[in-house]
Amino acid sequence: MAVLSEEQTMLRDMAREWTQNESPVTAWRKVRDANEATGFDAGTYGTMAEMGWAGIVIPEAHGGSDFGWLSLGLVLEELGKTVTASPLAATAAAASAVVLGGSEEQKQLWLPRIASGELVAALAVDEGPRHDPATIKATVADGRLSGTKAFVAEGDAAGLFVVAAGDGLYLVDGGAEGITRSRRHLTDFRSHAEIRFDGVAAEKLEGGKDSLLDDVLDRARVLAAAEMLGLAGQAFDTTLAYLKQRVQFGQVLATFQALQHRMAALYGDIEQMRSAVEAGLAAIDSGGDTRQAALLAKAKANEVGHVMSREMIQLHGGIGMTDEYDAGFYLKRMRVLEAMWGNTSYLRDRFASLSGF
Amino acid sequence: MATAAELDRPASSPEDFRQEVRSWLAENFPPTLKGMDNALASVEGPTEETPEMTAWRRAMGEKGWGVPTWPKEYGGGGLSRADARVLSQEMARAGAWNPIGGMGVMMFGPTLLEYGNEAQKQEHIPPIARGEIRWCQGYSEPNAGSDLANLQTFAEDKGDHYLVNGQKTWTSGGQWADKCFCLVRTDKSDKHRGISFLLIDMDAPGVEVKPIRMISGMSPFCETFFTNVEVPKENLVGKEGEGWTIGKRLLQHERTNLSGGGSRLQPSGPSLADIAKKFVGTDDEGRIADRDLRARIAKWEMDWRAFLLTAMRVQAESKEAGGVSVVSSILKTAGTKLGQERAELLIEIRGLQGLGWEGEGFSEGELASVRAWLFGKATTIYGGSTEVQNNVIAKRILGMLDHQ
Repeated sequence: MAVLSEEQTMLRDMAREWTQNESPVTAWRKVRDANEATGFDAGTYGTMAEMGWAGIVIPEAHGGSDFGWLSLGLVLEELGKTVTASPLAATAAAASAVVLGGSEEQKQLWLPRIASGELVAALAVDEGPRHDPATIKATVADGRLSGTKAFVAEGDAAGLFVVAAGDGLYLVDGGAEGITRSRRHLTDFRSHAEIRFDGVAAEKLEGGKDSLLDDVLDRARVLAAAEMLGLAGQAFDTTLAYLKQRVQFGQVLATFQALQHRMAALYGDIEQMRSAVEAGLAAIDSGGDTRQAALLAKAKANEVGHVMSREMIQLHGGIGMTDEYDAGFYLKRMRVLEAMWGNTSYLRDRFASLSGF
Repeated sequence: MATAAELDRPASSPEDFRQEVRSWLAENFPPTLKGMDNALASVEGPTEETPEMTAWRRAMGEKGWGVPTWPKEYGGGGLSRADARVLSQEMARAGAWNPIGGMGVMMFGPTLLEYGNEAQKQEHIPPIARGEIRWCQGYSEPNAGSDLANLQTFAEDKGDHYLVNGQKTWTSGGQWADKCFCLVRTDKSDKHRGISFLLIDMDAPGVEVKPIRMISGMSPFCETFFTNVEVPKENLVGKEGEGWTIGKRLLQHERTNLSGGGSRLQPSGPSLADIAKKFVGTDDEGRIADRDLRARIAKWEMDWRAFLLTAMRVQAESKEAGGVSVVSSILKTAGTKLGQERAELLIEIRGLQGLGWEGEGFSEGELASVRAWLFGKATTIYGGSTEVQNNVIAKRILGMLDHQ
């Protein structure tokens, strides 16, 4: 666990207490069964916003608390433990584009509404099912944006889109004319939408560095990694508890050495995943070069999350395969997060390029 | 089963038999059914048969060719292994598939032929051979999974019948089955020798079936509850207390079928590489653009070939030795692992397109791959989990014993 400030410790404890008491996995099960395209409970997100979570990475001048990315990561980790659905991560990543690249006017227009929880924002980059920010076909002519974005996270509820076009990032009002949304129903039952923009009014984010898109993607990656850390950690804890109580052959499974060693190895993997994820979040707060730290965070989250979610099912045996048990939720959400913002091959390739080999 | 001598005799005149099969298939197999596959019907749900499919099932049932090596007197084909191979080659050539399958064919039939008495064989084998009766397996219980011998469902001796009480779980296809072959406890004082093998009608009073929804969204398994179910004594297979021996023998048939040593795990449709080329693209020389993915697909293809070679070697060695090769014990673990790895690769290649649950934007094939990926997680758990298989290998083959 990273060394936290007093405020961060309080925030994490509050998030933990609220999630465990008010938003256990049974709450997600209800949202899942309701099967709405938006994929989260609006009232629940309202409560999160009241607790200030929607404004954690938004400057105080624009209605946020500017608590930072590690702080938001702590919250997302807690939410991940119970598979709690919210548009927090997508909204924060999109908001960061406004913070880093927006004019003062754009910031004043959008950020307070995001920080208050009134507005969900979404980051629309990829145009195919695999993360590929180097291939963007969307174009803007005379302030009108055209193109189709694939699997836009929280795209069904978004009131603001941050859209990658060939020449930069643009803001598009979710209510603007010319937007067509189609739900893409994935195994995680969260919002992923195909969004078609037909000559939609768009405003460019003129500020920020040339690397604005990459800087925003770093933030999207570390937030996904934080949720994955919560999923993996809980998958581990639940599995460990099960092994300690399930009796076969007259003894609890936890006494079998073959299983002990597997759990010991997973424990080591998850601790290293935690180091990488927390370092990725902290790198963004420190304001230095974030690129490698973010790639490492997401790559480790992908690798360890993949194995842990698979082992959760295998080590539970048959009961892990049932819908009545929760293991499937962790597996399904994990695979979707693995594919978002770069799968492991992509991240390794980028890491190698950045490292000069 | 036919005797070993019968099975191993060379096809007397292979070419004559080939001609016979060919003309029979031309007459009886409706070409419109070409390329369909019934192999998983017993697991995935009730088959909605078209009149053509019914006619095809009846024709094959009449001939006994759905179970080609089973004895003729019980409705089997009575073929030697050589002739059965000819039959399967000719069926493949015609695009014909076997309409007769399920647990009756794969597991229960061979076991009953070995352990059943004459009356039981006469009663139960012919309807299996004709594909008329569906069987399900009543083995696992909530507290008897890997430790199967811990099963508690009790069959109390009531003179002319048993009174059965208890709960089974993971009853494959229980909601569609006509009958259940069950392991029950007839003696509470002996863990293994207190188990008996009993046949129970699923429509008997007191039998209750509740489908279990799986993470794939499907419900191929059930919980089965027995409450004061009266089972006639003649439904006991073997003697009281022989259930563990008979039940284990049946599991050998199950594992052979689950290993993928057969054709069931043989991937059909486009190869991983072709799908990757479509989703990932290729470089100037036609190589999959993502080099890491390319290397891992190559690894999978090579692992798969090594597995198939092993399966073939096991078959050849078993035939040579006239028994089951010890290497067969690795087939289930290896085959199911490769199946799961392929499903994961397929998802990774397609990115988010490979994770669709339902609705707009996904092809049927893509959605089927997702369900198969999720359901496939069970393959390393059921039919003897990978962990139990590894115990068997370590203890029985490698002689690695527990602490003394």
